[in-house]
Amino acid sequence: FAGLADVSISEDIPVEGEITVPVGSHSPDEDFSTLDEPVRDTILRDLKAVGKKFIHVMYPKKSSALLRDWDLWGPLVLCVSLALMLQGGSADSKDDGGPQFAEVFVVIWFGAVVITLNSKLLGGTISFFQSLCVLGYCVLPLTVAMLVCRLVLLAGAGTVSFIVRLIVVVAMFGWSTLASTAFLADSQPPNRKALVVYPIFLFYFVISWMILTFTPQ
Amino acid sequence: QGGGSAVIDMENMDDTSGSSFEDMGEMHQRMKEEEEEEEVEGEAGAAEEEDGEFLGMKGLRGQLGRQVADQMWQVGKRQASRAFSLYANIDILRPYFDVEPVQVRARLLESMIPVKMINFPQKIAGELYGPLMLVFTLVAILLHGMKTSDTIIREGTLMGTAIGTCFGYWLGVSSFIYFLAYLCNAQITMVQMLSLLGYGLFGHCITLFVTYNIHFHSLFYIFWLCVGGLSTLRMVAVLVSRTVGHTQRLILCGTLAALHMLFLLYLHFAYHKVVEGILDTLEGPNMPPFQRVARDIPVVSSAVLNTTVKAIALTL
Repeated sequence: FAGLADVSISEDIPVEGEITVPVGSHSPDEDFSTLDEPVRDTILRDLKAVGKKFIHVMYPKKSSALLRDWDLWGPLVLCVSLALMLQGGSADSKDDGGPQFAEVFVVIWFGAVVITLNSKLLGGTISFFQSLCVLGYCVLPLTVAMLVCRLVLLAGAGTVSFIVRLIVVVAMFGWSTLASTAFLADSQPPNRKALVVYPIFLFYFVISWMILTFTPQ
Repeated sequence: QGGGSAVIDMENMDDTSGSSFEDMGEMHQRMKEEEEEEEVEGEAGAAEEEDGEFLGMKGLRGQLGRQVADQMWQVGKRQASRAFSLYANIDILRPYFDVEPVQVRARLLESMIPVKMINFPQKIAGELYGPLMLVFTLVAILLHGMKTSDTIIREGTLMGTAIGTCFGYWLGVSSFIYFLAYLCNAQITMVQMLSLLGYGLFGHCITLFVTYNIHFHSLFYIFWLCVGGLSTLRMVAVLVSRTVGHTQRLILCGTLAALHMLFLLYLHFAYHKVVEGILDTLEGPNMPPFQRVARDIPVVSSAVLNTTVKAIALTL
């Protein structure tokens, strides 16, 4: 700062400016205002947030909306609908080969937890629930694939339907893996991305396998 | 950082908040006596005293109660956070996951190559990422095998059985061989044993992946001997290099070899019952109707694969 010693301000130039710092309105009333709003507003706001995240999954761009405000509504809805659609036959039939509701539910959540722990242990900077949120939301393409498979199975269960279902499931599996990788791989050190991508690949592979091998009783 | 000590501090066991039990007892007794006196005096004054505005006996008891409760809460929170940081700290596992993809690939390939030099203790990398991923891959392959063979699990789920089998084998056999290694004076730690056995499952994964899709008994036996044998030989060689004495080497390596090879045999044959029906009847010119078809994949894919392989075998 030696060079500033000879700087002088002449006294006839008025110094002016704003001394008050514009404060964002953090009045305590605002924090509690969401309690007073009608229930419809709350539900619509949450639904809009969930819908926005769905769109982010279907068109994966590099945005941080999924990561910043995580929520687990979307994954819950997707998981429950997928598990309901994968129900195979009634519980007391002898040929009960379809995965039960609890099995699909446990696979999805237990798998997501394991992948999250793995990515944290490998040095990831993402938090536990953020990772769960991303993995849950990226099940959306596979749920769409399940819907399509069920519709195709309504038309018949031959070789053609199998090939159609195979193509659809493989495409959606690739989409899911790419979407989740786009969100999760950025939080890893760059040379370890493959180590994080492989369990995600395995996870979605198991879910795709459950979808592909489903036949209604 | 002193937060992660494994020693229980004795000073935390005695949390009487600074006053001994005898004093508390005396105070309670005094409070009870004075309360009885107050009740005799009348209830006109009791309404004012309930506010606790002045430090009458009721006010004191309320304060004491609050202090005691506060102290209990602080001590409980301290103990809980100490236990949490000790047991639920995943940072304990962090050094075992510190690998690069190149290293994992190299170790996977090395797990099929038995080392020749058994007079010098071989180095085993104590890493858990590769073995864990291999166990999960084996679970996925097993699930595929169970579905193509139409296994019906009555009490339990397909997924639960697959996970239980694979993790049970990995953890159980590792612990058993570690115990035997302790008896036979072999120089191996638990993490190293887990890592060794985990990488030994790579051969199992390859074998089952191929033979669950192409159902030929002779093919399976070739894979069992070659691929399973190679990975077993590697594990055995590493263990032999770390054990001294012929009897000990024989016990340890014999047990490991037997368990490893038998596990592969079990995984193949336990989920193979129904598929044998297709094999025997495919000898004929026309395909029979498959009675227990809950999945249409075995009919299409395995038939196509089998006829292709047969055609190739015939032309060779």
